[in-house]
Amino acid sequence: MAAPAIYARPKFLTDTPFHYCPGCTHGIVHRLIAEVLGEKFEQDEVIGVAPVGCAVFAYNYFNCDMFEAAHGRAPAVATGIKHAQPDKIVFTYQGDGDLASIGMAETVHAAARGENITIIFINNGIYGMTGGQMAPTTLIGEKTSTSPFGRTAAANGNPIHVSEMLATLNGPSLIARVSVHDVKNVLNAKKLIAKAFQNQADGKGFSLIEVLSTCPTNWGKSPLEALQFVSERMIPEYPLGTLKEV
Amino acid sequence: MNRQMMKGNEAIAEAAVQAGCRFFFGYPITPQNEIPEYMSRRLVEVGGQFVQAESEVAAINMVYGAAGTGARSMTSSSSPGISLKQEGISYIAGAELPCVIVNIVRGGPGLGSIQPAQSDYYQATRGGGHGDYRMPVYAPASVQEAVELTQRAFDVADKYRTPVMILGDGIIGQMMEPVTMPEYTAPAFDRSWAATGWKEGCGRERAVINSLYIQPDVLEKHVNKLARKYAAISENETMVEELYMDDAEYAVVAYGTTARIALTAVRRAREDGVKVGLIRPVTVWPFPEKAIEDAAGRVKGMLAVEMSLGQMIDDVRLAARDRCPVRFYGRTGGIVPGVREIHAAILNMKEEL
Amino acid sequence: MGKIEFDADQCKGCGLCVAACPRKLIQLSAHINKKGYNAAYCTDIDKCTACAMCYQMCPDCVIRVERGTGA
Repeated sequence: MAAPAIYARPKFLTDTPFHYCPGCTHGIVHRLIAEVLGEKFEQDEVIGVAPVGCAVFAYNYFNCDMFEAAHGRAPAVATGIKHAQPDKIVFTYQGDGDLASIGMAETVHAAARGENITIIFINNGIYGMTGGQMAPTTLIGEKTSTSPFGRTAAANGNPIHVSEMLATLNGPSLIARVSVHDVKNVLNAKKLIAKAFQNQADGKGFSLIEVLSTCPTNWGKSPLEALQFVSERMIPEYPLGTLKEV
Repeated sequence: MNRQMMKGNEAIAEAAVQAGCRFFFGYPITPQNEIPEYMSRRLVEVGGQFVQAESEVAAINMVYGAAGTGARSMTSSSSPGISLKQEGISYIAGAELPCVIVNIVRGGPGLGSIQPAQSDYYQATRGGGHGDYRMPVYAPASVQEAVELTQRAFDVADKYRTPVMILGDGIIGQMMEPVTMPEYTAPAFDRSWAATGWKEGCGRERAVINSLYIQPDVLEKHVNKLARKYAAISENETMVEELYMDDAEYAVVAYGTTARIALTAVRRAREDGVKVGLIRPVTVWPFPEKAIEDAAGRVKGMLAVEMSLGQMIDDVRLAARDRCPVRFYGRTGGIVPGVREIHAAILNMKEEL
Repeated sequence: MGKIEFDADQCKGCGLCVAACPRKLIQLSAHINKKGYNAAYCTDIDKCTACAMCYQMCPDCVIRVERGTGA
């Protein structure tokens, strides 16, 4: 017999409806973060940093003090916030363009400095907000609006494995890759997100959770087909698991 | 600390610390490296935080973060690094955050030279970054003045919720002069807008530190609000120094290090019988238009002297409104003009006008 | 036994809950909601065990699930 429970909109989410496309997994991950924050912290203990990307309006969704950052700079903004307010739980929420393209230096250096912040990295292998351009994590062979013939290493370079790369650094306390394509993985993603935030609370230093996510609209797939793409194509390229744990 | 010899860069850093700056984020670039180096030692002593960022871009964004929590924060750089910061400065202006940015100007464009210059005037006074904003810019002409203006910059930043720039040059940054640190007390400011942690019923609204206003009518309203702020700053914070202007028939207009050199040239020209004075903008934004406009009605000509191809001269001409001719003398590339050259230019102006 | 509620006007008809329900109890309505989507609904509330798998997959917090609270 399952324990009594209520599953409802978490208090760390405002009432503002999400603007995301139908079936976009941003919504699932926002909810998981909000659940974890609500289970661990008071509202006034948390400050978040929104990216540039589809989640640019995340400052309207998370029910705590929020910052909007310039594209890619969220880890630097978070560094400034955390140094000025070291008792607060500071997190960033970033897509693959924000974190792994324009913001790659900020990502690597915040990790190397071991900044005691939590980064949630939404990897859907594409630039959603701007209409489906290639991302640093776009798979070889995938057609995007800027790799219209299908990505090739020769023409477009190779996808970047962010979690593996960051795991080589001394500085991070937790680097893990999760998925949200089915309930089992959603629940596991929540566990790792919870661990990442707990690491910050325990002063253990930098944590990053890479979440394989969907973009049905720009992948040209239905929401359910998009979930399948994650399990069949993205996971082989970006294996799930804990890449670094201190 | 009583009167002692201090290097400009270090004096600026110490002035900031005494003004309550506890957060510095910067990156090495000549000729301002003493500022981050000094801060890396000094902030630890006062319980502050220093971070050498991975780039000037990262540094200005760290300032954005710390400033958004209401903390007195600063970054410094020199010309190419200041170019990198422009997006961040625009964001800080749009989000209405207080902070101080120090530019120890070197020769440009591009990698340029490491010698002093004044060729960032346009960048500094026309916003520099994208969008409709302005930024108060102070141009010290001595190490002592750099100290006083740095402290004033923090107050102006907090009073109006704006980034403020200290526009120095390689000479101001590198030279050593006697300095008396002022007795400084920070005024009280309302920082209830800052993001310091919020919960329902805590007495303020949830803070969103942001410059995105995606509805154009909302953005227009916001930008018009910024415009009113800049009008107030122009009204209240313009600073200019005038020397030998009471009976002047000619005026030299110069700022920063160039103004000091020009002052010697002005005195020499006075000995030659030329009734010339000096108008020295201390704020280059807001530019002292009124002082220029008034003088232009009295003098036969003005001579703008700059370490550039001539940037401030545009503002002099605009303010002078054709009431008198405005000539130019300058050196570029990191060359510092000498007294003799400026003196000769003044005599030339007297010959022609 | 439990209780589940769909905020039909917030639903975007993405179908993630339809696939997630282990008892295949959720369908998309033929009607169009205020947002212009075919909203999800539970076809047989008596068979629902309030496992909350639909809640877990919903990106929009459309579904509220109560389990064992006596509701």
